[in-house]
Amino acid sequence: MLNITEKILARASGKSKVSPGDVVFVNVDKVMIHDVSGPGVIAVFEKLKKTGMKIDKIWDPERVWVAEDHFVPAADKISAQNIVSLTNFTKQFGIKRHFKYGMGQYGICHTLSHEEAMVLPGEVYVGGDSHTNTTGALGAFAAGLGHTDVAYVLLNGKIWFKVPETLFFKINGKLPDHVMAKDLILKIIGDIGTDGAAYKTMQFGGTGVSEMSVEERLTLTNMTTEAGAKSGIVEPDQKLRDYLAARGVTKYNEVHDDADAQYEKIYEYEGSKIEPTVAKPFSPENIAVARDLSSVELDKAYIGSCTGAKLEDLRAVAKILKGRTVKIRTEVLPAAISIFRKAMDEGLLKIFLDAGVVVGPPTCGACCGAHMGVLAKDEICISTTNRNFPGRMGHVESQTYLASPLVTAASAVTGKITDPRDLK
Amino acid sequence: MKGSVIKYERDNIDTDVILPGPYLKIHDYVELAKHAMEGLDKDFHKRVKPGDFIVAGKNFGCGSSREHAPIALSYSGIKAVLALSFARIFYRNAVDGAFLLPIEIDESAYKDISDSDSLEVDISKNEIKNLTKNKIYKMKPFPELIGKIIEAGGLFNYKP
Repeated sequence: MLNITEKILARASGKSKVSPGDVVFVNVDKVMIHDVSGPGVIAVFEKLKKTGMKIDKIWDPERVWVAEDHFVPAADKISAQNIVSLTNFTKQFGIKRHFKYGMGQYGICHTLSHEEAMVLPGEVYVGGDSHTNTTGALGAFAAGLGHTDVAYVLLNGKIWFKVPETLFFKINGKLPDHVMAKDLILKIIGDIGTDGAAYKTMQFGGTGVSEMSVEERLTLTNMTTEAGAKSGIVEPDQKLRDYLAARGVTKYNEVHDDADAQYEKIYEYEGSKIEPTVAKPFSPENIAVARDLSSVELDKAYIGSCTGAKLEDLRAVAKILKGRTVKIRTEVLPAAISIFRKAMDEGLLKIFLDAGVVVGPPTCGACCGAHMGVLAKDEICISTTNRNFPGRMGHVESQTYLASPLVTAASAVTGKITDPRDLK
Repeated sequence: MKGSVIKYERDNIDTDVILPGPYLKIHDYVELAKHAMEGLDKDFHKRVKPGDFIVAGKNFGCGSSREHAPIALSYSGIKAVLALSFARIFYRNAVDGAFLLPIEIDESAYKDISDSDSLEVDISKNEIKNLTKNKIYKMKPFPELIGKIIEAGGLFNYKP
């Protein structure tokens, strides 16, 4: 009678059964830090050392991996120093899997989690970033933590969680061709609100999800964070096995719902009824149908981030931009170097350049208002990213509309918010 | 704990306004405090005094996992945030790092407490005294583990 999340947490806490509301210490399988949370953890270590704690080793360097993503390429002296501190940290504690900017594979941490199969089905994965939820699409329990908690995991290999209630989102039937997982998750957040899944797990299933590619499922779990969820998850299936096998991984312990698994609530959506959907400023829950916003004039289109710059996102953008040119400034930043390379090999980068788009290096960049394309006062941007709170992508009086890669690309062509079906 | 109230009558005060993204590269806690609430209230740092409380609506601290958010508030002098509800990562960062107390209050207390009111919070009695209005409100008791972590002074001092 347990669902996948409860079974993973029961196994990881050494219990035969857990129920929503139970507080358990769980053994962690994998932990990730990046160039923001890593230096945050280092600061916690320094604070602990001042209290007399001796820290000369961590729990298990093999289970830790490191990404450089938020402020790469180094935005200024402080962010350059953070990368140096992170490098010293991984050297000191013997962490081998550090994806360095400019040294082979690197990219946004959540993208690496699936591109490099860093996390496997059935595992408990925590990361020093709120969008750690993304990786739940690989059938793992994946949740974001702050610096103190990640420091605790690095030293103890475990952390407390309250077992979450599960909201099950059953998607009946395939999404139409002009609709992407991004439209669906925006619709769901619009329905339940930015605290609609607070402290809970959002599980996705039904034929609409089994028809969906792994990358599209990752968009769903990614934005469970914007509904306040602790985690998002999809049960493993053959598509996931194939996805992992293509990355050389075939051995793991899948966990599935029991036949009589319980959920707090089941929400049903008809895939065919989902429309191209946009979240208006200043909240991901502030949604509208793209067609109702066709008078909104834009200054810029941004195609990037863990949410909206995976290979299939770039393919969707290329499908729209092929043979067309953009009317507003448009930036494409593939989410990892491996995706950059695949986009190059498939000819997508040429389509982008021919359309007049600038292609940049993988980085969280302007998604979190850090650097590399932030917005000025009153600038209006359409973006494939995940948040549009005031100041998220730059000036507090800039505006961000969140949309799918298809809608974002179509809007780049017209300069106004555009449903891809309405593109001439 | 005694202090005065800085009230933001709104829901979903997110980490992007509590501590904006460009400052995420900063890990000097005192420096971070200078930018607390910058996305919502540019005068916050001039106004805040040690021991002050923030009072806000539901889902306080939603958004990112940045521990910078409770750190910046804590090093500004904020001892507790009294809100209708909290986003999960902000809540556990505040407690596990022992930066400030995330205290859940009910709708009537939220409505009754005004900006600049003087409050006294007693977590042993789950009670909030409004010294300005001479009223007492109940706070939602902390769950057992949270109470123990607070008592220990943060997760690292807590022995399971």
